[in-house]
Amino acid sequence: MSCLKDKFDRYVNDGGVPEGGLAPAEPVPAGVDLDAFDALRKTYPEQMASSLVLPLLQTMQEAKGHLTESDAVFVADYLGVPAMQAVEVLSWYTMLYSEPVGRQVIKVCRNIACSLLGAERLIAHLEHKLGIKAGETTADGRFTLMLVECLASCGTAPAMQVNDTYHECLTEEKIDRILEELP
Amino acid sequence: MKAANVFFNFEITGESHTLDAYRNRGGYGALQKALCSLQPIDVQNEVTASGLRGRGGAGFPTGMKWSFVDKMSPVVYLCCNADEGEPGTFKDRWIFEHSPHQLIEGVLLAAYALQVRHAFIYIRGEFDLSWRRLKEALAEARSAGLMGEHILGSRFSCDIIAHRGGGAYVCGEESSLISSLEGFKGYPRNKPPFPAVKGLYQSPTVVNNVETLSTVPWIIAHGAAAYKEMGTEKNSGTRLFGISGHVRKPGLFERPVGYPMKKFIYEDAGGIEGGKKLKAVIPGGSSTPLLLPEEIENLTMDAESVQAAGSMLGSGGTIVIAEGTCMVRLLHVLTRFYAHESCGQCTPCREGTSWMDKIVARIAAGRGQSGDLDSLERITRGIMGNTVCALGDAAAMPVAGFLRKFRHEFEFFIEHGCSMYGGRLEI
Ligand SMILES: Cc1cc2nc3c(=O)[nH]c(=O)nc-3n(C[C@H](O)[C@H](O)[C@H](O)COP(=O)(O)O)c2cc1C
Ligand code: SF4
Ligand code: FES
Repeated sequence: MSCLKDKFDRYVNDGGVPEGGLAPAEPVPAGVDLDAFDALRKTYPEQMASSLVLPLLQTMQEAKGHLTESDAVFVADYLGVPAMQAVEVLSWYTMLYSEPVGRQVIKVCRNIACSLLGAERLIAHLEHKLGIKAGETTADGRFTLMLVECLASCGTAPAMQVNDTYHECLTEEKIDRILEELP
Repeated sequence: MKAANVFFNFEITGESHTLDAYRNRGGYGALQKALCSLQPIDVQNEVTASGLRGRGGAGFPTGMKWSFVDKMSPVVYLCCNADEGEPGTFKDRWIFEHSPHQLIEGVLLAAYALQVRHAFIYIRGEFDLSWRRLKEALAEARSAGLMGEHILGSRFSCDIIAHRGGGAYVCGEESSLISSLEGFKGYPRNKPPFPAVKGLYQSPTVVNNVETLSTVPWIIAHGAAAYKEMGTEKNSGTRLFGISGHVRKPGLFERPVGYPMKKFIYEDAGGIEGGKKLKAVIPGGSSTPLLLPEEIENLTMDAESVQAAGSMLGSGGTIVIAEGTCMVRLLHVLTRFYAHESCGQCTPCREGTSWMDKIVARIAAGRGQSGDLDSLERITRGIMGNTVCALGDAAAMPVAGFLRKFRHEFEFFIEHGCSMYGGRLEI
């Protein structure tokens, strides 16, 4: 921990933050469990700290819902890798969210096998039912609707995920039932 | 052609994915055999002799790939490619959900052959049950002394690290996977150097698909000769073939390589939905050029036969398209995908995929212009062979194929501003 604090001080005091550039890292962002960070780090070979950028951001997102630039800088500092690297990772991978998302994230496959079995019809149904367009979040923060590419469920298409849980062989009725059963 | 099953050889129950169940059906016997009585090079030689070819898409001979690695290098890495993202492909997921220990045993055997201390399984970030089953299986393997220090009391030690991807199709490309595993955005790298020479953290690295590695235990247990008895002369063994789209019974089937395509579609998958006529078949995942009904008449599902017909067997995912489907709108589904997934590193792919998508989208919206089809063809030629990784070709090939075989539908759409088939994708 103290080494982390040193780093943080150095960051702020030595003008480590480029002008108008990256946001400074907070000491420990809320919701972050440093023990979990340490435990994850131990599962990788010592010399592979850099490999942990994505796993740590994923762990952090599970706790926080979405990530900010300063979260990425925090991860970079924790690992001793360039801040820019973690910030780029945050913006490059589609499963890392830089914006808040709903409590239930619905990801509907729009790729070929699902399209051949009615993905467009199901997407229209979901948009109508939730009253939002794909890419949007309901006003009450309950649902986000996303369109994604092949989920490797082509043999049980059409498919979607709700917070990572797969739902396959979808129909309008099945979707209605799934939505009703969500908390 | 003899046909044993390498994968579909047990009954799926609520327990069949566990270590106990796997051991009860002979699991980890191959590892035990290798650690007790085989040298690493023997394992490699057996895999070479089996004729096993990579199941990830490119079909590279597995034993030969292993032989490129300098075994004297202080560190060698093994990465199992479990980023399964090629549209039409859903086989690796089956292995994780139903036989994760088979993969773990395969990874350990490959690691033994290559003298790898740390192996990685790079698994698609979206996978949920697969991820849980893998984590459980790794924990079981570790407590049973099958992973970690001195495996089964031998001098061989190996750890397997499961690493989740972040939702990027291109990370399935082996050098992109390596960039991603090193903690960067998944930019593919120029080859050579190939990963087997300079890969993860600049060390020799073997990247193999889930199905490829999961086949290794069977080969070691039953011998290369038995494996070679299945399949064709140049393409041995069985494969997990998926079939999806407009068929009555889509799903995953284990069949010997060289199995007749028509039989696969009309018997195994129950034929075309609603008894309709076949319009086209995409034989190996969305990146492979489509084939017409007359082209699959005598087609067998092995690399040579499919190549002779002008396509590729790729990842073994067949997508079936019935008469009445609008090929323009279907191509748009694919161009949108590739434009979205291009990593943006090289100009022909970054610009080309997005131009192709814009043009196809325009045609599919009824606003196509004369000259659009020539432009599309010019763009595909500009991409192919001019990019860092094969995603560029994978994006260009479907466009070229759809235009070659269904040009009249595109011309009709441009001329009349509407689809010949009412824009239908569903039939
Ligand atoms: C754009 C692109 C995506 C790919 N996706 C995958 C994938 O999801 N899984 C896979 O095993 N191979 C994929 N590959 C192929 C890999 O680059 C590599 O050839 C393969 O993992 C090698 O394993 P194998 O020899 O066992 O087939 C992809 C290739 C490209 C160009
Ligand atoms: S071909 Fe496309 S995906 Fe591959 S490196 Fe170039 S821009 Fe990236
Ligand atoms: S195309 Fe939808 S899961 Fe593969």
